[in-house]
Amino acid sequence: MLSVHAVRQLRDFVLDITLSVQCGETLVLIGENGAGKSTVLNLISGILTPDRGEIALGERALFSDAKKIDVPAESRKIGHLFQSYALFPHMTVAENVAFGLKCRKVSRSEIADAVGEQLAAMHLSDLADVNVGRLSGGQRQRVALARALVLDPDILLLDEPLAAVDMRAQTAMRKELRDRIRNAGIPCIVVTHTLRDALELGDRLCLIEEGRVVADGAPEEVLAMRDNGFIANFAGPGPHNGFVPRAPIADHSQGAPDSRTL
Amino acid sequence: MDSIPFRQDPEVLRHDGRAQFPRAPLTLLIAALLALFLLFVTLPVASLFLRISPEAFFRSLAEPVVIDALSLSLVTATVSTAIVVLFGTPLALVNARRDYPGRALVDTLTDLPIVLPPAVAGIALLMAFGRRGVVGQYLDVFGISIAFTTVAVILAQVFVASPFYIRQARASFEAVDRLYEDAARTLGATPATVALRITIPLAWSGLVSGAILSFARALGEFGATIMFAGNFQGRTQTMPLAIYTTMQGDLSAAISLAIILVVISFAVIAAVQIITRRNA
Repeated sequence: MLSVHAVRQLRDFVLDITLSVQCGETLVLIGENGAGKSTVLNLISGILTPDRGEIALGERALFSDAKKIDVPAESRKIGHLFQSYALFPHMTVAENVAFGLKCRKVSRSEIADAVGEQLAAMHLSDLADVNVGRLSGGQRQRVALARALVLDPDILLLDEPLAAVDMRAQTAMRKELRDRIRNAGIPCIVVTHTLRDALELGDRLCLIEEGRVVADGAPEEVLAMRDNGFIANFAGPGPHNGFVPRAPIADHSQGAPDSRTL
Repeated sequence: MDSIPFRQDPEVLRHDGRAQFPRAPLTLLIAALLALFLLFVTLPVASLFLRISPEAFFRSLAEPVVIDALSLSLVTATVSTAIVVLFGTPLALVNARRDYPGRALVDTLTDLPIVLPPAVAGIALLMAFGRRGVVGQYLDVFGISIAFTTVAVILAQVFVASPFYIRQARASFEAVDRLYEDAARTLGATPATVALRITIPLAWSGLVSGAILSFARALGEFGATIMFAGNFQGRTQTMPLAIYTTMQGDLSAAISLAIILVVISFAVIAAVQIITRRNA
């Protein structure tokens, strides 16, 4: 189980987050742009350091200001998928997937086996020697996921995992992603702007506003909070009763901040 | 990141309302200025090639003074470039990525040799490493003297050429998206691995062109060298110094050396352009 309590001064407000995710559970973070969702992921994976707080994975403390523990990012064993995927542009698909294993000084034959297996599972075997610059959005997403999963991470953090995948491929990718997350059986946090991601990937939904958790619960519960402006916009018109409406067509005329889903 | 809604503003696209000014005289004037300037740059260089016959050129290449200068220049410029890269790369990386008190000062000091006149650099080095210099007097006790040796040639070159590499290296490191470094960290790469496997490879073309520029500057170094290292054939007489010396007697040797330097200069420009274009 992942438990997080983190406080950090951001430019415009203080981020003060408390949340926990069980093994095999997927928590979906939603909220306006700039609410601090990606920052939460960065704090967990160790790219950013909280000013105060505690982050623990089961018994293992990753960060604690009281105990003066700050496990460096490279030792946290966290799979972190960045929104733009951050595939290393000077490497092939296979080299990208092998990168983490090479850092762990795994033997060459083991790396080859693990990478081959992972690429096959992601339907990427044909692209092994292709430079990542030539991949489509969906292929990039799969490479990034393979690169993280090949290391058997203890937690999976996905920042807008489907944002760069074109609309037609999203449904299939979402299902594939869900299967992979379920199979991994580890805590998983997904940041998203689309309702379908939230409903299909999430076991629990967490709404963040200005660095604070304002709602945390089952998706139906959170989406029923129609008096919240963000939720009202996010969940779309009409009562929400398990029916999956279209991805929120954010209201451009009002300059809604989450127009990126289109 | 949010996608900015693309707005087509008809006001922005309309440009047709402006009156047409007569363009021809202006174009002619600019063309004339351009031609004059190009002539000013190319004519002297071309004159070098016009003032010497191919036979005389190749005959001069066999002269000991030419051979000595050429080999000394290539060796010292290579060594000094290697030293600059060795010390400059970590410095540039740290200054590109870490904020620490005094960073601005370090940046200013590393840039200083660019604006410092070479003669000033020469006398400054002499005051530091000369036999009675601030550091040199202690080295002298151990029987080590640097001034007027090949080592002095290299030190002078390192001094004047280092900013060319460090500036370029720092800019190239800054251009590497930190996201790749962050991703590498989460995949288990230590900061050293990140530098070696991610940051340096991604900044590679900039580092190479910086090293080439630094090499070219070292090769052309004259003022600091002649003051700090002297002008001894085979030991401290690099190509620019040999041009200066032979010009007074054997003009064709001087021209031959000059032509070699011109060729190297062109090669440097071409190399930098090819390398930077490939990564653009």
